[in-house]
Amino acid sequence: MALHLQTLTELAAGLANREFTSVELTEVLLARIAEHNDTLNTFVTVTTDAALAAAARADDALAAGKGGVLNGLPIIHKDIFCTRGIKTSCGSKMLDNFISPYDATVVERMAAAGAVILGKSNMDEFAMGSSNETSYIGPVRNPWNLECSPGGSSGGSSAAVAARIAPAATGTDTGGSIRQPAALTGTVGIKPTYGRVSRYGMIAFASSLDQAGVITRSAEDAARLLGVMAGFDERDSTSIDKPVPDYVASLGDSIKGLRVGIVRQHFDQGLDDECGARVKDAIAVLESLGATTVEVDLPNLDLSVPTYYVVAPAECSSNLSRFDGVRFGHRAENAVDLLDLYCRSRGEGFGDEVKRRIMTGTYVLSAGYYDAYYLKAQKVRQLIADDFKNAFADVDVIAGPTTPTPAFKLGEKVDDPILMYLNDIYTIGANLAGLPAMSVPCGFVDDLPVGLHLVGAHFAEATLLRCAHQYQQQTDWHTACPAAFR
Amino acid sequence: MSSAAAKSGWEVVIGLEVHAQLMTKSKIFSGASTAYGADPNTQACLVDLGYPGVLPVLNKEVVRMATVFGLAVNATVARRCVFARKNYFYPDLPKGYQISQFELPIVEHGELFITGADGKEKRIGITRAHLEEDAGKSIHEGLDANSGIDLNRAGIPLLEIVSEPDLRSAQEAVAYLRKIHTIVRYLGICDGNMQEGSFRCDANVSVRPLGQEELGMRAEIKNLNSFRFIEKAINFEVERQIDLLEDGGTVKQETRLYDSDKDETRPMRSKEEANDYRYFPDPDLLPVEISEEYIEAARATLPELPDAKRQRFLADYELKESDAAILTASRAVADYFEAVTAATGTKAQVAANWVIGELSGALNRDGLEIGASKISAAALAGLLNRIQDDTISGKIAKQVFEAMWDGDGSADDVIDAKGLKQITDTAAIEAVVDKVIAAHPDQVAEYRAGKDKLIGFFVGKVMQETKGQANPGQVNKILKDKLGG
Repeated sequence: MALHLQTLTELAAGLANREFTSVELTEVLLARIAEHNDTLNTFVTVTTDAALAAAARADDALAAGKGGVLNGLPIIHKDIFCTRGIKTSCGSKMLDNFISPYDATVVERMAAAGAVILGKSNMDEFAMGSSNETSYIGPVRNPWNLECSPGGSSGGSSAAVAARIAPAATGTDTGGSIRQPAALTGTVGIKPTYGRVSRYGMIAFASSLDQAGVITRSAEDAARLLGVMAGFDERDSTSIDKPVPDYVASLGDSIKGLRVGIVRQHFDQGLDDECGARVKDAIAVLESLGATTVEVDLPNLDLSVPTYYVVAPAECSSNLSRFDGVRFGHRAENAVDLLDLYCRSRGEGFGDEVKRRIMTGTYVLSAGYYDAYYLKAQKVRQLIADDFKNAFADVDVIAGPTTPTPAFKLGEKVDDPILMYLNDIYTIGANLAGLPAMSVPCGFVDDLPVGLHLVGAHFAEATLLRCAHQYQQQTDWHTACPAAFR
Repeated sequence: MSSAAAKSGWEVVIGLEVHAQLMTKSKIFSGASTAYGADPNTQACLVDLGYPGVLPVLNKEVVRMATVFGLAVNATVARRCVFARKNYFYPDLPKGYQISQFELPIVEHGELFITGADGKEKRIGITRAHLEEDAGKSIHEGLDANSGIDLNRAGIPLLEIVSEPDLRSAQEAVAYLRKIHTIVRYLGICDGNMQEGSFRCDANVSVRPLGQEELGMRAEIKNLNSFRFIEKAINFEVERQIDLLEDGGTVKQETRLYDSDKDETRPMRSKEEANDYRYFPDPDLLPVEISEEYIEAARATLPELPDAKRQRFLADYELKESDAAILTASRAVADYFEAVTAATGTKAQVAANWVIGELSGALNRDGLEIGASKISAAALAGLLNRIQDDTISGKIAKQVFEAMWDGDGSADDVIDAKGLKQITDTAAIEAVVDKVIAAHPDQVAEYRAGKDKLIGFFVGKVMQETKGQANPGQVNKILKDKLGG
């Protein structure tokens, strides 16, 4: 099989068996980037020279019988991760001139395992968006239909993996930013438990919700990468000191007896009928593998979007204060005084969606509004978390749709923030509750992919990955490749 | 109460906010060094610079320091406290927010006692003490019209100690502040250096007609970096407010800066204070949980505190009240005094006189802290022992002290080298006395005629002859015997 069509797991075997070298593999993928990036706009930066050098080092390591578990395997990092000596723009004009002086923990761990970084993927500005249209370098296109959005904010990562430009890419997920783009591009995306992967070096959007994960073509590949990324980091106080299980080792275990929760509210209104049908088909496959379904209730689910759009902007308004034109990033020219420097640097550096959220967040934290908005939202957040906790007393995973519809057209929702925000209705709950969740391809509607959403209890990543892997042993939705990118 | 205020029938109400820099090796949320005086921005890591993606990690030592402070002022140490973000823009605040504590501080409901103007003990409530990071510094000198930012100070740990509005005069405010200053240094959590800004204070000052319950409108005075300035600034502000009110005006709630050159307070630009800080819990930091065991373990490490030490000095050493207060104002001085006392047979009050007198004088003259004293406690004890055993007189001892200070060795070394040993041989003293009497027949006659005061003249002559080395008691006795005869 052509190298670009192989999964990470297959490529790892090929490298180990000396069927090809990492340099050869990297060259193939760099050629694909050159061929398709103009169409898809998946990259902010392509690190050609660094990639080839890393690939050569990986080949040397392999020849010497060394090398980590990702030795020689090419991946892409979302441009939200700080990469030493490489531009880290976070999809914003504000950081177009920012060369990070350090590596994020995720970047460091992947590099230590031998991964080859092809470049930095395009994303919604500061990860704020569900369509990749807020990026300062323009939207990414969906390989399944170039008129459609690949989702967001990790749209560059999802499109690149779907277009077979790279076998895997990192992403971050604050309200669905890994899972929604994975669903809309027919890829696998996992957001681990909050605290499972270090946030150090990941440019913060909403600190209590942000979590790093991966987008791949198979659950097995996701398991492989997650094992490298996960684990305690003393530089992140919210990372959790808990051993990382061998996610790959348990993939083959049966899901017989697995209790799958079906949320009544998921199939009410707002869900596209055809999407609902694909998701139900997928659940039927799980049942055929011995899983049992249980209906569960998440009574406060409808509050998750408004809750999120108080908490996330509040945190972002504070997190983005450091972009003031003083020490790094965009600085307005010829400022007449300090206030002018602040106002114009930020006014010029940030796009509309970022400004909208900073203003919303500033408002909800303001004296006189804090109790009514921020504090209230935190209380509702607790209710939502409690709903999930109650549900997980009876089930092992909750299954449902990742998104209400398949990929939408670029430009279709960009002027209606509320409509755009509703795209995250099924994914946001997992962020508010800090739960692991993933999206797995489960069919097509009008030639566009549909995602099955699986949510687990805290630290149940292994269960999610096993469930997804077992599903993928019975189905081939995840192997489907958009025609123009075979 | 300041006399101006007392006369005019106004009551002064003051609350103080002290910022004590905690003496940790590294910063509160990063591993960068806290050493003072380095070149600008050489002690600021990516966390201190607020770089994209970096995260704070709490230095646990600050929790211990705040805990012992809380215990020392009889406060409640919270079992759970939370760091919050205080949001505002300023170039010396790299993240655009300061990590502080707001709703759930680590220390609450403390107290300490000062001596009021009437000499009685007065309780001053401590509302709270919370942990926070310091900001950097703006530099304007030598940069033309530009401003520079030095972020070495950004992230230095501070304990902000907030008093109740229990203080009724500038003098009480200073007494309270000195007490806090003493306590933090006793605990070894702050070096108390006001010049370097490691111990700073803001004062909230208001006045109200005597007898009125309701508090007057207050002004906050910033930039108070010495005990003297604090007293002057408060007195200025009190008079300003009273004058304003008596002229029918109103006091504005505002922040004012004290200008020590002009000895006045003046308002800061309103822009600098028009802030809604939008406090909210910092999601990058977990709440700090403090166990009962932790608190008890910290309590076990508490040193003897100033008040207890003063009481003990009064009881055990029978010192003068004022001397006990002076000696216990600093733990190092108290320790020095006790070391001297333990090593001599002399009375404790004598040791106290030497520590407060000669030693403090020499330290002040050379600008040294007691830890850097050129005469160790053991060496000073050696000197006092030579007075005690009559080897030298108290007067000669001062000469020996100076030589010891200049590095001439121990008291015995100096006494030997300079031949300062006291003359106690009666025959030798008698010989000198005889010589003096013989040389001054006129004065002898006057003395014998009843002019007793002349005894001093004869003592002086004898001491002059013996280079001060004759035992003064013996000289006196022999002179009186011989002159009387």
